[in-house]
Amino acid sequence: MSTYVDRNSKGNIKISRPNKGQMRFRILLIATVLFTIAGFFMMDYKGLELWPAITGTIENIKDMFLSPQFNQTTFGNAVWQVIVTLSLAFLSTVLGAVLSLFLAFGTAMNLSKPWLSNTIKAFITVVRAVPTVLWVLIFAIAAGLGSVAAVIGMVFHSIAYLVKAYSEAFEEIDEGKIEALRATGSSYTHILFHVVIPQTKSFLIAWTFLRFEINFGVAVAMGAAAGAGGIGYELFMSSGFYYDMNEVGAITYMILIVAIILEVIANKLKAAA
Amino acid sequence: MEKTSSIHASDINIIRKKHMRLFIAGLILLALIVVTGTITNYNHIDGLVSVPAALQWLFANMYFSGSTLSRLPTVLRLLWETVLISIVSTTTAAFFAMLFAIVGSKRTSVNGFLMYFAKLVASISRNIPVVAWALILVLSFGTNAATGFLALFFGTFGFLVRAFIETIDETSGDTVEALKATGATYPQVISKAVIPESMPQMFSWVLFMIETNIRSATLVGLLTGTGIGYLFDLYYKQLNYEMVSLITLAIVVAVLAIEVVSNWIRREIL
Repeated sequence: MSTYVDRNSKGNIKISRPNKGQMRFRILLIATVLFTIAGFFMMDYKGLELWPAITGTIENIKDMFLSPQFNQTTFGNAVWQVIVTLSLAFLSTVLGAVLSLFLAFGTAMNLSKPWLSNTIKAFITVVRAVPTVLWVLIFAIAAGLGSVAAVIGMVFHSIAYLVKAYSEAFEEIDEGKIEALRATGSSYTHILFHVVIPQTKSFLIAWTFLRFEINFGVAVAMGAAAGAGGIGYELFMSSGFYYDMNEVGAITYMILIVAIILEVIANKLKAAA
Repeated sequence: MEKTSSIHASDINIIRKKHMRLFIAGLILLALIVVTGTITNYNHIDGLVSVPAALQWLFANMYFSGSTLSRLPTVLRLLWETVLISIVSTTTAAFFAMLFAIVGSKRTSVNGFLMYFAKLVASISRNIPVVAWALILVLSFGTNAATGFLALFFGTFGFLVRAFIETIDETSGDTVEALKATGATYPQVISKAVIPESMPQMFSWVLFMIETNIRSATLVGLLTGTGIGYLFDLYYKQLNYEMVSLITLAIVVAVLAIEVVSNWIRREIL
């Protein structure tokens, strides 16, 4: 009798047995957990005193969020710097979006040839693999540190992201509509601009805005790490140069407010798409 | 005859209006490009010229000399450290994000207050840029792996809570209802319906975040003086461009390798 019934260690009857796929997934999860635990021991903590670091950080965060204040810069200047950062994000998103649209026509399987699609996909994968900050710094060698390098570097990454999103939207269009237009003898551009774009317009806008939201964060980072100016640079100066936690707090609040507004708009556009 | 022609005329009008609207939208966009270009001092021609120049430069420095290649072990060691930080911070963040997502999802939340609290914490943690986290943490934690780990942890945590909440909302509607109907308790519903149903999708998000975090880790390393980002910054400032190319190549290979592995996991297991 006992051979027909599996019991666990507590003597309860097991009611299900995991199949092969579930077993594999369990092994994967266990491996991930083990790797994480091992990873904690493999990291290099030289010079870290945990307790002072934690209390120090809590103290800093308290200074930041409970008494934000502008000292080295003024509120008006900070607002202007936020506008600069938003402009950097806007420029790179729009330029990236226009280029991505054309590349996406070449990438979508239903609008293009396989060899072209695969070539662009391979190119995009490599472009995406390089971190944005490295792109910006590489372009800075040719163009000098500043907005040109920052925008071009961000455009590269925006393209890598948007071409994938756009071409996937294009691939979901009803094939019948394209065929109907082909049957009437419409040209390629006709099909693109009278079927493909109108059909996917709301998706395109939602994805583009999502990228704008991401690019705002990236632009802040580029200001801090790659001399692109804007609010990121102010943040870098007040924390890394003046050690002024109250000002870091005020700047962080401003970034936070803008980022949350952008996120709410992006969510609305996504829900409408 | 007159009737059809009048309909025809209004049709033309609709198309003309549509063209007009498109034209105005294009004009506004163009104006915005000019305005933002002026604000940021962006020069479109300089931008265009810099692309071929930078790419040419990148490939010209790809012929590595012996002294550059002799530093390869250092590069690989710091690359490994960076990969390690991104994986460990993502998996740790995923664990906490799962708890917050269960509390924060409409379908599984305990009460309204906790739900909004979880969402608020996640929103703050993801909307403060990773850069800000890195700059704040480096002041007390100093230049070591813990700073990068925590900075990535906070950014990843916020993002994953949002993604996990969406996953739970999508996948576990019917099963939760069915289990509740049988009189299952809350822990039973969570452990037998919600987690098994949404786990594969969540793991897919974790893989996505690991890929993203390797790139973010480079940025954080650059700012906090750790990992491969620090090495890049060091040689970049020394104008040792061969090393810069080598490090870039190493990062590209690492990211592509991770992508291949995670695609394999998605295909074979999830």
